[in-house]
Amino acid sequence: MDRRQRIFGNGIGVDHRRMKPSYAIALALLLFSNSSLAGGIPDGDRRSGYSFMGPDTRAMQDDDTSNPGMLFVLDGEALWNTKLGAGGKACSDCHGDAKESMKGVAARYPAFDKTLGRPVTLEQRINLERTKHQQAPALAYESHELLALSAFIANQSRGMPVTAGDDPELKPFVEQGRALFMQREGQLNLACTNCHNDNFDRHLAGSPITQGQPIGYPEYRLEWQTLGSLERRLRSCITGVRAKAPDFGAPELVALELYLMSRAHGMKMETPAVRP
Amino acid sequence: MPKLTSTRRDLLKLAGGAAVAGAVPILTLRPLEATPSTLNTAIRNVVGEAQVQTGKVKIDIPPLVENGNTVPMTVSVTSPMTETDHVKSIHVFNEKNPLPNIGNFYIGAYAGRAQIATRIRLADSQKVVAIARMSDDSFWSASADVIVTLAACTEEVY
Amino acid sequence: MASTLINVPPKAKRGDIIEIKTLTSHIMETGFRRTAAGDLIPRNIITSFTCRYNGNEIFRADFFPAISANPYVSFFTIAKESGKFEFEWTGDNGFSATASASITVA
Repeated sequence: MDRRQRIFGNGIGVDHRRMKPSYAIALALLLFSNSSLAGGIPDGDRRSGYSFMGPDTRAMQDDDTSNPGMLFVLDGEALWNTKLGAGGKACSDCHGDAKESMKGVAARYPAFDKTLGRPVTLEQRINLERTKHQQAPALAYESHELLALSAFIANQSRGMPVTAGDDPELKPFVEQGRALFMQREGQLNLACTNCHNDNFDRHLAGSPITQGQPIGYPEYRLEWQTLGSLERRLRSCITGVRAKAPDFGAPELVALELYLMSRAHGMKMETPAVRP
Repeated sequence: MPKLTSTRRDLLKLAGGAAVAGAVPILTLRPLEATPSTLNTAIRNVVGEAQVQTGKVKIDIPPLVENGNTVPMTVSVTSPMTETDHVKSIHVFNEKNPLPNIGNFYIGAYAGRAQIATRIRLADSQKVVAIARMSDDSFWSASADVIVTLAACTEEVY
Repeated sequence: MASTLINVPPKAKRGDIIEIKTLTSHIMETGFRRTAAGDLIPRNIITSFTCRYNGNEIFRADFFPAISANPYVSFFTIAKESGKFEFEWTGDNGFSATASASITVA
């Protein structure tokens, strides 16, 4: 809105070059405060991205033998059982059968790490374990191996409700994530909430806008023609509004991921999901 | 090649001869003029000079795809699938991708059902054509129009 | 790591028409994409897929760049006898992958 326009009456005798500070503040609050106007989605109205897809893409996700994400889960299973690192240990040596030990784990990530004093994502946890207990080098973000392992582990939580954010120690980080979700950014000056709380089920250039529930990650995205993490998706979205995306593993991304998972609290995990 | 000053009789002789020889190709895509030439050439490479009739073939493909990178497609052909009457192969083509061919699928009598499914890439809204070759070397075809939209947001290139 | 997913019914009655679904991991690089610098990324695709049933070829496919990444193919065959299905994918740069699945036909 052009600041030179007068919004309150004729204002004769008022300096028209600038808006009165009090009016400016009132206007700014009205236009730029998102949290009060946007509001979250009521629990009962929450929908997975699955429900926004057409029947063909849904069929791709439903059948484990035609879901390309399952190829990564298979690779992850092989990695889980591979002895490596200076210790020559496999994940299975300590954690046994992932079907038992990893059940529900991904559903409560990002989780609080006591040593670091902050939340870590599942991918970061995998790397922490690798470096500490397997004496193996950390896997690069978005590498095939890291995606395969996190897909395999998250697949063990498929069908289970999300419990991320329950830990009281996570509260300040959830709040940080929520603030980021509500914060407008980039040249397009958009906040996550503008699309994913306020305008889901409408369309953006032919594609349906979903609620942004991250319950299927790492997911096989047709656009990527491969499996990718939530952080990749977030960085893509942030780049999409023409803002500078934080690096993989940055605290802002972890906080945002934590908030998003806690926003999806109770929804059933779908990893590996298939999305357009 | 008819003489420039050919008589009507010459033309009728030519047309008659061509029709009898079965050498006049009838490619029943609608409309014929709009079909790009590379698509036609690719089809010719498979069917040669034979007549391609419409029918027997069904293409199942979403009319509006969610992402052009991965479009699920099923092609089925009505056929008794016996030793003497079956589908030998199914050939799929497209109109606007850089290349006209998508895939060739060779099945035969022991398939039981002449149906294949795969996932294809479509670069733009366009027509997909499937041609089935029968055991008697006759060709049947179907086509489907597909709308492809681009993803809404640009992404970082990895 | 080239993994494959095969779906063949483990058991069938003689004469049943069964569906075979296959999914293999491969980037299927079309040869038309460019890097950020503008250079063409060379084509790297699976070009041929074959399925043999107890040694007899029952299905074959030619793939072109228009087949999606991580190619999925499903086809049908008549369950004739117990035995093995063998699948082979070959492609550019000497790519070769195989898989197999058994079936009991009563």
